[in-house]
Amino acid sequence: MTDLVPLWSLPGILDDLVNDYTLRTVALGAGVLGIVAGAMGSFAVLRRQSLVGDAMSHAALPGIAVAYMLTGSKDSLVLLLGAAIAGWLATLAVIGIVRSSRVKFDSALGLILSVFFGFGLMLLTFIQRRPDASQAGLDKFLFGQASTLIERDVRTMAVLGAVAIGVMLLLWKEFKLLSFDQDFAATIGFPVRFLDVLLTTLIVVAIVVGLQAVGVVLMSAMIVAPAAAARQWTNRLGVMVLLSALLGALSGATGATISSTTERMPTGPTIVVVVSLIVLFSLLFAPNRGLLWTWFDQRTRRATLQRALAEADAAHGGPRPIGEPANR
Amino acid sequence: MVKRSDMSDTGLPTPDSGPRTPDSGLRTSDSPPAIDVADMTAVYHEQPVLWDVDVTVPAGVLMAIVGPNGAGKTTLIKCMLGLIHPVAGRVLIQGQPYKERRSAVAYVPQRGSVDWDFPTNVLDVVEMGRYGSLGWIRRPGRKEREKALESLEKVGMAAFANRQISQLSGGQQQRVFLARALAQDAEIYLMDEPFQGVDATTERAIIEILRELRATGKTVVAVHHDLQTVPEYFDWVTLLNVRKIASGPVEDVFTEENLRLTYGGLVAVLRNGNGADHNHAAAHSLQMEAAP
Amino acid sequence: MTSAQIDIQLIAAATAAACAIPGVFLVLRRMAMMSDAISHSILLGIVLAYFVVDSTSSPFLIAGAALVGLLTVVLVEALQRTGLVKEDAAIGLVFPLLFSVGVILIARFADNVHLDIDSVLLGELAFAPFDRVIVSGWDLGPRGLWIMGAILAINLSLLLLFFKELKLATFDAGLAASLGLAPVAVHYGLMSSVSLTAVGAFDAVGSILVVALMIGPPAAAYLLTDRLTTMIWLSMLLGVVSAIAGYWLAHWLDASIAGAMATMVGVTFLTTLVFSPSRGLVASLARRRQQKLDFAQTMLAIHLLNHEGTPLAELENRVAGLDAHLHWDATFTADIVARARRHDLVLENEGLLVLTPAGRTRAQSALVHQAAR
Repeated sequence: MTDLVPLWSLPGILDDLVNDYTLRTVALGAGVLGIVAGAMGSFAVLRRQSLVGDAMSHAALPGIAVAYMLTGSKDSLVLLLGAAIAGWLATLAVIGIVRSSRVKFDSALGLILSVFFGFGLMLLTFIQRRPDASQAGLDKFLFGQASTLIERDVRTMAVLGAVAIGVMLLLWKEFKLLSFDQDFAATIGFPVRFLDVLLTTLIVVAIVVGLQAVGVVLMSAMIVAPAAAARQWTNRLGVMVLLSALLGALSGATGATISSTTERMPTGPTIVVVVSLIVLFSLLFAPNRGLLWTWFDQRTRRATLQRALAEADAAHGGPRPIGEPANR
Repeated sequence: MVKRSDMSDTGLPTPDSGPRTPDSGLRTSDSPPAIDVADMTAVYHEQPVLWDVDVTVPAGVLMAIVGPNGAGKTTLIKCMLGLIHPVAGRVLIQGQPYKERRSAVAYVPQRGSVDWDFPTNVLDVVEMGRYGSLGWIRRPGRKEREKALESLEKVGMAAFANRQISQLSGGQQQRVFLARALAQDAEIYLMDEPFQGVDATTERAIIEILRELRATGKTVVAVHHDLQTVPEYFDWVTLLNVRKIASGPVEDVFTEENLRLTYGGLVAVLRNGNGADHNHAAAHSLQMEAAP
Repeated sequence: MTSAQIDIQLIAAATAAACAIPGVFLVLRRMAMMSDAISHSILLGIVLAYFVVDSTSSPFLIAGAALVGLLTVVLVEALQRTGLVKEDAAIGLVFPLLFSVGVILIARFADNVHLDIDSVLLGELAFAPFDRVIVSGWDLGPRGLWIMGAILAINLSLLLLFFKELKLATFDAGLAASLGLAPVAVHYGLMSSVSLTAVGAFDAVGSILVVALMIGPPAAAYLLTDRLTTMIWLSMLLGVVSAIAGYWLAHWLDASIAGAMATMVGVTFLTTLVFSPSRGLVASLARRRQQKLDFAQTMLAIHLLNHEGTPLAELENRVAGLDAHLHWDATFTADIVARARRHDLVLENEGLLVLTPAGRTRAQSALVHQAAR
């Protein structure tokens, strides 16, 4: 455990975050991914599409491979574009299977996820065995490698993310109504099919933004976890999205920092552990909804009830026989 | 209005347009009926759920749609709203396709169709009734807020404006949905089972509001399950069982014979009983429906 | 074919067959994504068990890792029961965490753990023939084949022993409970089988692609048959065919065998989706065409019946303008009227359509049939 970050080195890390170019870039990049995934993930979770993120991120793999095969470029923008198209196609395939056959949503999701991923894997191994390919830079998409982020990548992520969040803010009330009551939205003239596809596209963007840092296997967690944590603290959609973005940024930046200042700490898994701890904390301690709160609340209520009963008994001079009405 | 000759010239399917010969005799002078459903056939998973249904709802009535489970009641409402595309037939709202008269229609979906754990409060849900008239991108403002509060006032829920929706009882949820429809400021109200699983107080409150709506010339169509209360609550009724059995004023249409046709053999038992009045028929068929 | 190639195909076939059995029930019970969750989180189980037994093919490792798979199910269900998150979110929260802890453990203790993360995740079937079971000098064949063969045997015996229980718990849990068939026990039994199979198969196809073999073939079989027994055998067959085809695809491309197997599962499913004789897209397109024509004639008959003998019949039941009443286009209307006349459903009398007795019967029986439904 010697290479884990000891607590006393924390001021050093903070100092590095400000001054060290690489660390700053990494933390910034992971923060951006957290913001975008957290914001978009709120809608995915509320629409019970948490696992769509899982399918989309796995399905991005063949897109990366094909983009590389077609262009020979390892430019992250090109690869991410390929990832986005593949993720998007996968979603359409899931919808298409469910609409056109008796195969249910969960089966279609699992099937497309694993088949796309397997196809991507086949292509990647195919590329790797070609003598002309230097494949380094492709397998980081599996688990993410925040330390390879450069400023240009972060700028690309920030621009993509800003566009996605901008669209979300513009169409806020449309997306809110779509998520809450789709039929009603249709009756008042909202183009629900279009909005549905648009929202899905924004989620694809969020996933693509995070792929390089977190990797295809774990990106889904960044869609679900910050939103699930944020939901516990508030009953307002606006606050939830904001909080989810903040928690996503916090866990992204923290996880990436830990990962890149520690030997042999893969980025994606580290971020996921951090965000999971935040979820656990939220589930336990959030006011009103948290497990501890409800437990305490129930206990207090039971105590009050018992006290009231005891007082009533005392007033009537001893416990009533069971089954006898209280007031005669 | 498009002339018939225009239509035959185009030779295209004409689901949403075109005039119609009056076949109901219900039309009062010049104003078109609130809702006019003609030759409506809808299928679900290649199975017909509505067969050639004609229903005309005159303006200003309070109409119940009744029929056994699976009779296509919800489908009929959804066809009226353009949520389901029928394989044949068409709907006119005040003489025009739904798209043109969207703002004249308000919809109260089944309470169970949404997730009441959604992070939002009562006022916010009621404001959604104004989204249609707001148009794209624009946010609800003070005007929408006031309208929403006013609607909440009408359903007796003003005190709950800031309540999180997961903390509402079934009856309160239904009132919130009704308030959202009221906020739409429509002329026609389409409701899917507004009395399903609500307490007696809420049921009375809702029917009061529906009567007020009728008094101000609005039209209300509600899917209804409790046959016993049909004559008391409604003045117009459509009996439906995949095909339309009958549609018209309650006193003319809500007969034992029609109920028997609607509910199949279930009400036939009545013949051995002693009563033939509406309420008896209703009570019996209700029990029958509940039995299987 | 070299003997190594034969070994690989045997292991692949055994894996595909073993995966298909619990897969059928996952698909039917709408729990397909549970296989995704389990197959990811068993990584943690494999790592933890590896610390103890220091071998990837020990039965203890397999049992230990399968326990973590079961833990995933328990955690997801517990999280869901709190009511704080929905089922899909619960799955999406639990398995990434367990998986991440597994990946971190491997990364940090790489010196002590001779586990290659890529091969756990992605499988490396190509090396399987070289890991052989040798008992007192006798070569008994590749270890992978023994493991997957054993798991296949376990799954098969569980299936045969508890077929009635599985069937009933899948289609009617309430009835199963009232008959004392313990659907909860069946549920956890099934989940144990999924975990066990996923652990055993990770060596061959890697954890993620286990999902392809568990879900793909049963989903394809679901489009081919309505009988549970047939569906199980078909799933096994389709799985084995995809796996062997995948091997040759990989051989030809010199690419990952597991990846190619998953790809072939996708191809099998797509082929079934399009060409299944009963439920394929082509078949249902043709059927729908015919249905539409039959349906339209019935509709015409019902329309005529509805207006027959009413004052409006003169208007509604006239050939001219019928297209407007039925809201069909003119050519289609003419076609349907012609077909209805040919089938003796209607007669035309000075531009007025009149139902024949056969047409009236057709309309009435359609309505009676519907009302009785």
